[in-house]
Amino acid sequence: MEITAPTIINSSILLWALLIPLVGALGVFSFGKDSPNFREGSSIIAAVGLFLTIFSMKETVLAGNMYQWQMFDILPGLSLTLRADAFSMIFALIASGLWIAAAFYSMGYMRGLHEHAQTRFNTCFALAIFGAIGVAFSDNLFTMYLFYEFVSISTYPLVAHHQDEEAYEGAKKYIVYLTTTAKGLLLPAMILIYVITGTLDFPTNIYEGMLGADVESWLVIMLFIFCLFGFAKNGVMPFHHWLPGAMVAPTPVSALLHAVAVVKVGVFCTSRAFLYIFGVDLMTKLNLGIPTAYFVGFTIVMASVIALTKDNLKARLAYSTVSQLSYIILGVCLLTPNGMAGGLIHIANHAFSKITLFFCAGAIYVATHKKYISEMSGLGRTMPWTFGAFAVASLSMIGAPPVAGFVTKWKLLVGTIESGALGIIFILLASTLLNVGYFAPVTYKAFFGKRPEGEVDAGVKEAPLSMVIPLCVACAISVYIGIQPDFFMDFVKAVIG
Amino acid sequence: MELILSSSHLLSWLIFIPLIGAALMFITPGEENQRRLAFVVTTFNALLSLKLWNGFDASTAALQFGERFSWIPSLNIEYALGVDGISLLLVMLTTFIMPLCVLGSWTYITKRVKEFMICLLVMETAMVGVFCALDFVLFYVLWEMMLIPMYLLIGVWGGPRKKYASIKFFLYTLAGSVMLLVAIIALYLWNGQHTWYIPDLMSQPYSMTFQVWVFMAFFLAFAIKVPMFPFHTWLPAAHVEAPGAGSVILASVLLKMGTYGFLRFCLPITPDATLAIGPYMLWLSIAGILYGGFTALAQSDMKKLIAYSSVGHMGFVTLGIFVLNQSGIEGAIIQMVNHGITTGALFLMIGMIYERTHSREIKDHSGLAYNLPIFVTFITIFSLSSLAFPATNSFIGEFLILAGGFSHNKIIAGAAIPGAILAAAYMLRLLQYVLFKGEGRPDISDLNFRETMTLVPLLIFVFWIGLSPEPFMNVMHTSVEFLLAQVNSSQAVAALALP
Repeated sequence: MEITAPTIINSSILLWALLIPLVGALGVFSFGKDSPNFREGSSIIAAVGLFLTIFSMKETVLAGNMYQWQMFDILPGLSLTLRADAFSMIFALIASGLWIAAAFYSMGYMRGLHEHAQTRFNTCFALAIFGAIGVAFSDNLFTMYLFYEFVSISTYPLVAHHQDEEAYEGAKKYIVYLTTTAKGLLLPAMILIYVITGTLDFPTNIYEGMLGADVESWLVIMLFIFCLFGFAKNGVMPFHHWLPGAMVAPTPVSALLHAVAVVKVGVFCTSRAFLYIFGVDLMTKLNLGIPTAYFVGFTIVMASVIALTKDNLKARLAYSTVSQLSYIILGVCLLTPNGMAGGLIHIANHAFSKITLFFCAGAIYVATHKKYISEMSGLGRTMPWTFGAFAVASLSMIGAPPVAGFVTKWKLLVGTIESGALGIIFILLASTLLNVGYFAPVTYKAFFGKRPEGEVDAGVKEAPLSMVIPLCVACAISVYIGIQPDFFMDFVKAVIG
Repeated sequence: MELILSSSHLLSWLIFIPLIGAALMFITPGEENQRRLAFVVTTFNALLSLKLWNGFDASTAALQFGERFSWIPSLNIEYALGVDGISLLLVMLTTFIMPLCVLGSWTYITKRVKEFMICLLVMETAMVGVFCALDFVLFYVLWEMMLIPMYLLIGVWGGPRKKYASIKFFLYTLAGSVMLLVAIIALYLWNGQHTWYIPDLMSQPYSMTFQVWVFMAFFLAFAIKVPMFPFHTWLPAAHVEAPGAGSVILASVLLKMGTYGFLRFCLPITPDATLAIGPYMLWLSIAGILYGGFTALAQSDMKKLIAYSSVGHMGFVTLGIFVLNQSGIEGAIIQMVNHGITTGALFLMIGMIYERTHSREIKDHSGLAYNLPIFVTFITIFSLSSLAFPATNSFIGEFLILAGGFSHNKIIAGAAIPGAILAAAYMLRLLQYVLFKGEGRPDISDLNFRETMTLVPLLIFVFWIGLSPEPFMNVMHTSVEFLLAQVNSSQAVAALALP
């Protein structure tokens, strides 16, 4: 396929964008305990500033340009360089946009529950966003690896936030899974690629890849597998256990990081590696796409089955995330224009819908201190906004129109037919049914179920506005991008060409 | 190997200024003045070594700043000095780490301050000398000269089991030294060449058997010093008992003597033996990497943890040396410097905390983040550097070594990868305790200005080498190329001579 190379604009705007969350973290840290309003204020200002900065690059990137900014030239072919192409923009816009919502939301959540160490929490939160933006803007594998690892380290204190046995256990699992796979698989993959090609810079399109035609195919396949499992933040089985374990974190963390930033860092990196290191041409030539699609199909179905068995709402959402993340990888691995579009657009669609669901779970917890689905019968009548949003967002997970997830399902199905691997259709079908199976009862019980005997309704009302508004906004966006998917689809089209 | 003579005698100054300082120490009254004198002398030496850096010509592999005089003519013993791209960074590392050692022991050492400072200064003379010496007798004298002050540092100012540790250190190193002496004499006597001048001893057509014996003797001396598995058992004992500054010198400089020895002697003097025995060295390195990593994971004493991590890190260095390619050896050299910086910093920090709590147990120092923000910031950064976090110095070293490893043999390099995982595991485990677990220590104070200033220079180097290693890498390119040419061309000579 003929693709015009983008015009490269060397601009420090990338550096400024990257520094905003870092400055935000410093702001949070320095205001600290003394002035909570300024502390949260710095988070929100940084979030808004970051989003506006990234948004200002939108038109330029869509016009076929690519921002680039080299920070450090380390070794020949190894540099710390930022880039913003259409692919980066999808993730950067989502992460920065949802940070605004999450900043408001976590203010309500953390204050509502009188959580300890809020300064550390907000600082690490901003640092995690810094890492995520760094991943989005990385121009080469080294930069990506650096920020990928940075995200792991900076989110550790967030997972361990409660500092009890359970939190330490979850956090230990978290860091062990993520660093072991990164050091054990990514590091050798990166060094091997460097040894083979002499550089780690990504090309500017998804077709040509970095590895020349003369690299032995067993080596390519090995590197491919290393990339699939090395970015374990993508939740592909069998390295997914860290994600349910990380649910011990406060809900805003689960919402932004374990539904959006961290896991999307995983799938973003995996997709970036597949499409830019290996490239569509080489993947097609070695037939790496469809087998991988089937492989992650197992994760899709299996995680959904496990989700069915979970009564803890956050655990159910966690397994739903594991399942949904693999949609993205599956789409990319179909290697057809519609398939890849379905995968990439799901980065956005899943982000908005899943953050809504987690926001709802947190709102329910703050308002009622309930974690288990079986205890939530009848709550929908006292918390209509929260459960209403939950219902809409779960439709998106299921893939029903007019919510965002439908666009994904549609594109993925078309992509599957294009690719000819019709077995994938059964995976998508099974997953859809399972999604209905574990989401519909939650909504149904909430609105139509009876409150348990002896439970008094007094005192239970909607969560604070600073939580309800962000979750409604996220939900509204989910619907909007279901009806009007062009905003992100334009970027996806620019990636695919 | 050419020696470019210099009339400035810069190397002699660098070697003898600390010795002069040590002599002045005898006539300096008052402990505070003695500390100041040691600091001034070591700092002056560090600044003077910048002249070395500035005047160094990176475009030639020749030994520079050369000095060569006859010392004991009847035995052909000379006073010969010179540095090339391999030793330059190590000399700089030594001169820069010494003022920090003085600063780090400012309040740590309260008894026999004068003697302590004299030991430090004599150590500096010997260490700089070892890296510059080009005559084997001179080298050996300086090599042995390090032993006594180090023995005293551990034996006099050490912890509860100082006697055991110092004697173990002494015996191990002495055993290695004896083998070194045998090798040196054998080289002197070989074929009646009767020279101790090291460049002349390189690239001679030694027979394979001779090379193997010499290599093995060198190996024993250097492997103990590095220390390579299984000759490492003296290290944890010495580290744990040594005072903070002693550990820093041990880790930052003394261990580098072994790897420097491999590069300076084994590779160019016994190239065929190196090529033949090299593969076994690689597996020994892997064993050290894994053993060091696993053992570090099980430690509850912070110093022991860092000590075992050194075994692992030095395993990476020897791995880089014996893959025998540009990337591997350059990685090994920069990793020697990195290990000196990072591990030096970690030992300094453990010394600082030991001064406050008189304990090195990890569990006694949990939750420090609440009361010691400066301390935890530094220890986080140095720990991340130690686990080779990207954008820090150690990442560059590990990256180059593994790149060299993968181009040499994918299985060997792959076998070293678990070492990288283990490094992350034990350092993060340490950090988890220090930062999080526990109730914190409201009874102890954060780092003071002097302590912070001791660590800042090391912090700068962590990021400088991590983000812009070019100036450091540039000085070694030509020398490493030449070294590899020596290893490979000599093989051709031997191949011609042998059949």
